Amino acid sequence: MAYLDKPTDAERRQWMDVLARAPEDALMALWDKVQLRPTFEWLRAPEIGGVMVRARTGSTGAPFNLGEMTVTRCSLVLQGGAVGHGYVQGRSKPKAEVAALVDALMQTTAADAIRAEIISPLSRQMQDARTKRAAKAAATKVEFFTLVRGED
Amino acid sequence: MSAHPQFSGGFANAPIEAAHAFRAAMTVMARPGEIRSIAGARPPKPLSQAAGTLLLTLCDPDTRVFFAGATDTAAVRQWLTFHTGAPIVEASSADFAVGTWADLQRNSNYRIGTPEYPDRSATLIVECETLAQNGTTLTGPGIRDRSQLSLPDVAVFQDNSALYPLGCDFFFTCRDKVAALPRSTQITAGS
Amino acid sequence: MYVAVKGGEKAIDNAHSWLAEERRGSTDIVELSIAQIREQLSLAVNRVMAEGSLFDPDLAALAIKQARGDLIEAIFLIRAYRTTLPRFGYSIPVQTGDMACDRRISATFKDAPGGQVLGPTFDYTHRLLDFKLAADGNDTVAPMAGPRTEPTPHIAEFLKGEDIIQDEPTSDDLPGDLTREPMEFPSTRPLRLQSLTRGDEGFVLGMAYSTQRGYARNHAFVGELRIGKVAVEMDIPELGFAIEIGEVELTECETVNQFKGSKTEPPQFTRGYGLVFGQSERKSIAMALVDRALRWKELGEDNLGAPAQDEEFVLSHADNIQATGFLEHIKLPHYVDFQSELELVRKLRREAEERITPKEAAE
Repeated sequence: MAYLDKPTDAERRQWMDVLARAPEDALMALWDKVQLRPTFEWLRAPEIGGVMVRARTGSTGAPFNLGEMTVTRCSLVLQGGAVGHGYVQGRSKPKAEVAALVDALMQTTAADAIRAEIISPLSRQMQDARTKRAAKAAATKVEFFTLVRGED
Repeated sequence: MSAHPQFSGGFANAPIEAAHAFRAAMTVMARPGEIRSIAGARPPKPLSQAAGTLLLTLCDPDTRVFFAGATDTAAVRQWLTFHTGAPIVEASSADFAVGTWADLQRNSNYRIGTPEYPDRSATLIVECETLAQNGTTLTGPGIRDRSQLSLPDVAVFQDNSALYPLGCDFFFTCRDKVAALPRSTQITAGS
Repeated sequence: MYVAVKGGEKAIDNAHSWLAEERRGSTDIVELSIAQIREQLSLAVNRVMAEGSLFDPDLAALAIKQARGDLIEAIFLIRAYRTTLPRFGYSIPVQTGDMACDRRISATFKDAPGGQVLGPTFDYTHRLLDFKLAADGNDTVAPMAGPRTEPTPHIAEFLKGEDIIQDEPTSDDLPGDLTREPMEFPSTRPLRLQSLTRGDEGFVLGMAYSTQRGYARNHAFVGELRIGKVAVEMDIPELGFAIEIGEVELTECETVNQFKGSKTEPPQFTRGYGLVFGQSERKSIAMALVDRALRWKELGEDNLGAPAQDEEFVLSHADNIQATGFLEHIKLPHYVDFQSELELVRKLRREAEERITPKEAAE
């Protein structure tokens, strides 16, 4: 598969964000549909690890360590030379592998197809889920009203 | 694969290879003077296979690494970062320092620990031209009677052991071979 | 004389088998799945994640199942698993101001921008047992309204404008990590917060309650409480830029505390901060109260000798895994220790009797 121009960091970040947070079953279902099975070699086989999540005192002050979260990562190289990195939340090695393959393919001429069939639908699904939750929250917003007192 | 040197040269089977390498590192540190093979990593030049394997085995994002002199190249830095996530720092705050003896000697401010926490000290990985069981005589914990090791210096290591329980610990690496000198070992010149 | 013995392997094996059988309970009843625990006992899952200090709902649900619902045992399992994970790195501090809020309330400002959003709260339930749940469950669908798309600003931002609340200046100092370095005293606020967020909910609640009852009272209002998901970003060295590696659900509480001023500070409002994994409202409010009580020195207040002001006392006893480990170990064999105590008491008894008997003999 041929290389495309190097994607900008912002472009690459956008699809890696989607892949990291995507529900595993949704990503795997879309991947199964694209029927692309490029040959690759591992640069770093999938491994499960932890990332220490940091926050700030009083939300804006000095950083502190809040606790860890599980992350699975891997790196691979396609036959054409594109390097893909997968960083996904949770402990799924298959999901990390698919994320790395998608990352690599997004740097090849397959990018448009992958974007249309995987990244965009995933992004939409996740946005829909978020909007639905926000809508439920909005329905619990208190509408204050003042009782009329006196006659002036 | 040669197009991405910083991403290649890691362990092919990390849990197994790291366990074997750790065993070798632990054995030589427990038996000063003993030389073992240690392999698995293929680091960028000028790092030896042994030094590279030690770094992959012992380093993670919580261990700070200092590269002295010729070892401090962009390729070496990228390789270590990709495979271990270890931060690269100045000599004075390093947990591990890597280089030839001449290059490492340009700094004298490696951490030696504190009386409360003697473990907060640096381990130096010394790249050597040769590594053999001859030269300096070693005695102390882990050594039956005496052993010998081709140390690149005598006075500096004697001064270091005088700091005990503080001080630095050392690995000596040469191609795929490793030996070690903990701070608890006594050193006498010659045999 | 005491002779060391070895044994019990068979008894232990059989105890484990019985434990497994009891865990399953009656096989006439359908077995619980991990997904059922994750979805339907989510607040227990949240507590295990918070005190286990590892955000992974499926793992926490598995731990609860394995521990037969004993949450401290489940937290123990998560802590043990956590130690086996290689650490890939540290995230960029999360931006709770960008939280997608499921709930966001303020006890101080009725008309705060973003409004009072109740979320899925127990607050206005009547605490009457709902026997309908025992009969045939529930398929209630939550109503929806026009979703808020912009971030919800923090309440403290409004007080800051008036310069009447103590500031939290941003810094990029690297915080200590008590999972890597043992705690030393005096500690720092970042370490105290790490210790409190993974501390036992009951203990932190008790400490916070003691401040409300007058042991170093600090007049706290819940300035803001918010629950929701935030993105977690991390710098990826091989990429050279940061990406989102996931999202975590958090509960954040910021208290606004009345403060008459001290030798070093003018009269103003001060702040206590609580931030906990998952939906953990009680814990985060309690954490904020205890955080505020522990700040007495920095704010130039008097040490009233209250337990909640004593960081060594609070932080050394907040961890339920340390506590339960030390507590429960005393039920394990201490035959040798006890044998020596027994010898000692027998000897003292003999000596005491000998002091009495000669007198009797003389009479």
